[in-house]
Order: sequence, then C-alpha cells, then structure tokens
Amino acid sequence: MKSYIKAISYYLPPKTYTNENYYTEFSEVEINGRLDKIGVNERHIVANNITASDIGIKAAEILFKDYSINPKSIDFIIFCALEFDYIFPASSIIIHQKLNLPPNCGTMDLAVGCSGYPYALSIAKGLIESSGFKNILIITSSTITKNIHPKDKGSRYIFGDGSAASLISCRNKNDGIGQFIFGSDSNLHKSIIIKDGGARNPLTSSSYNDFNDNQGGITNHAHLNMDGYAVFNFGIKVVPNMIDDLLLKSNLTKEDIDVFIFHQANVFLIESICKKSDIPIGKVFNYMEKVGNTVSASIPIALCEAQKQGKAKTGSKVLLAAFGVGLSWSSTIIEL
Amino acid sequence: MDILEFSAKLESEFEDLEKGSVTPATEFRNLPGWSSMHALIIIAFIDLNFDVILNSTELKEAKTVNDLYYLATKKNV
Repeated sequence: MKSYIKAISYYLPPKTYTNENYYTEFSEVEINGRLDKIGVNERHIVANNITASDIGIKAAEILFKDYSINPKSIDFIIFCALEFDYIFPASSIIIHQKLNLPPNCGTMDLAVGCSGYPYALSIAKGLIESSGFKNILIITSSTITKNIHPKDKGSRYIFGDGSAASLISCRNKNDGIGQFIFGSDSNLHKSIIIKDGGARNPLTSSSYNDFNDNQGGITNHAHLNMDGYAVFNFGIKVVPNMIDDLLLKSNLTKEDIDVFIFHQANVFLIESICKKSDIPIGKVFNYMEKVGNTVSASIPIALCEAQKQGKAKTGSKVLLAAFGVGLSWSSTIIEL
Repeated sequence: MDILEFSAKLESEFEDLEKGSVTPATEFRNLPGWSSMHALIIIAFIDLNFDVILNSTELKEAKTVNDLYYLATKKNV
C-alpha cells in the first residue's frame, strides 16, 4: 500500500489587508518600487484572540465537510506550526478534543516553519507504509502576522495568515508520496528569528526596544526579525541543488514533473530559482497574490488551488519545494 | 560580459528606467524608485550571469554599478 494525498482544504481568516491598505500606511514606500514583483496583492489577517490551532480546526472542519470524512476515521494528527496554544500540552491535543477525534488517534506537534509540509508528509508516509495506519490528518497553520512588528514594512508586505488540512491515506498503487530531501544550514538560524519569549531569552521590557532592520523597517526582539537578503541568497543557492538531488534520488527528470509548487515566499525569488534551474515557468503554479506567504500552509494552499483550477489533476506528478525558517529545506515529489 | 553590457543588462532588469540611465558610474541606490526589491534584482542578476552570490555586506559596501561589476567578476574566478 502506498500513501497519497487524498484531499486538501484550506481556511483564510476573513479580514484582509490589501496593497492599498499597505501603501496608505507606508506612504514612504513608492508604488513603483517594484514590490509588485513579490506577487502579493492582499493577505488575510487573524484577530489577536485567534490562534493557529483555531484556524487549523477551521481548515479541518472544511475538509471533513467537503469530502464527507468521518472524524472517527482519523488515526493520527500532525499539527505543523510555529505558534502553539500553550507551552504544554501540545496544540494537537487541543485540536484532537475540539474535532472530537477518537481516543485511539495519535497526536503530534511539529515545530517547523516554511519547510514544514514535506516534513509532515514524510511522517505521515512512515506511519502509513511502515506502521499500517490508514488516515493521517496534517494541519499546517500560521498566524505569523501577530508576531510582526507594526512598523516592519518588509514582513508586513509579504506575510499573511492561513491554514490547510490534508488527509493522507493509502491506496493500492505504486505511486503516491515519493522520496524526500531534507537539509539545514543551522549557521543561518538567526536569519529568521523571534529572539525573545522562549526559554533562552524570556520576555523582558528590553525585548520591546525597537531597532532598524537591514531593509529599512523597524522591529524588536519580541517580534519577527527576518534578514530578507540572507533568505533570498539562501533560496537561490540551496533550492536548485535540492531539486536536482530530489530528481536524482527519484530517478526522474524535470521533464517528468507536471507541476512545480514552491513555498510561496516571494514570486520573484521563485522565478529566479526557476531561471537558474531551467524550470519552465509554465510548469510552476503560484498562489500568493491573494494570500501572501502563509509559512507551512503555503504549499498545501497552493496545491489545493492548483487542483481546483485544473492545473494539477489525478495522476499528475507534482514537485513540492519548501525552504525557510532554520534555515532549512525540504522537498518531495507526489503523484496525485 | 564587459562593464557596458553589464550596465545595459542591469538597466533592463530594472524594467522601469529610461534607456541610458544606468552607466558604470551610476550610484544605483540613487536610481528613481529604488527599493530593497532592486537589491534582490541585483543579487539574482549577478547569480544568474556570474554564478556569484553577493552577501548583504558586499552589497551594502557597493556604491556604483562599477563596484557591482568588480564584485561579480572578482568572485567569478
């Protein structure tokens, strides 16, 4: 039996923050400043009292309803996020309760950011193909906008909130979820960081001392601090090699891939990677314009949209390429 | 690629500039509409054409198009 992605649904919070809102708030940023190349037009923003598990539950409820899935059939839930409800217990336990999942359903939190979806898929594949489980629910969710400094004009432009729920099941076919590549450049861990508020640096009043980031914005150590140049350099350096390694490991070529879906970090970065890797832009599916960068939810949201729009169909081979917080990378090839 | 071709190609990467506005002596941060996005365009352009990735310190220290060309060709050996 082979594991495969049986169904995906996603949820976006109702409140939007458009480019018009952005340019009104940051009037010093020139409209012709080529930010349009990033590929975002609007983002969805959660309310302050809403957590990543809350919007993850919404995505799962949509999945259950749209595909007539009985929650009692779920054997295991993997909740992939960077924002958890409590220090402990795990948010997956809270989700288990609220979705009324059965007592014999395992739960796991996975603290991986933009690279999270292939990581979660690899765990689900292992549970199905090695341990005989049948239905794994992956929830990837992000409420990162709550962690962005109001004056951080770079991150405010790029990121949005959202969640996706994927049902991973088994089928009697040779193809489904394929090989994986994982990697980390831990020397770059400060390139995307919220430094204070964890066990290493508890929050103090100095956590809220503002400073200029290196992209003309303002942040502090209680909020996200992202070195956009370092992340961009990392992306163009690492992702082409990751794709080559994955294709080699899978005994496939770029021509065998029907659709490429990258972590929706920045369309200009994705296009630069494709130019370098000789990947035809026509084979790339992006879905960033209406959602922004939703961290670990970005790939399943884009994959769900690719299926809705008929760009990825049953039998399509789709290469998923993720990269980000860590800095880390992960990728896989799936057959739908 | 010589410095003149480098300047012309960089100008076309920026898309919204008048022809001839990028020369070797141009201080690229003074170009109209300059934003952090242009810095990413420069990084991607040099990577694709010279297989050289400029780090943020190198980019910060470069002032003119000629400085960028020097960095690209010096590291591409």
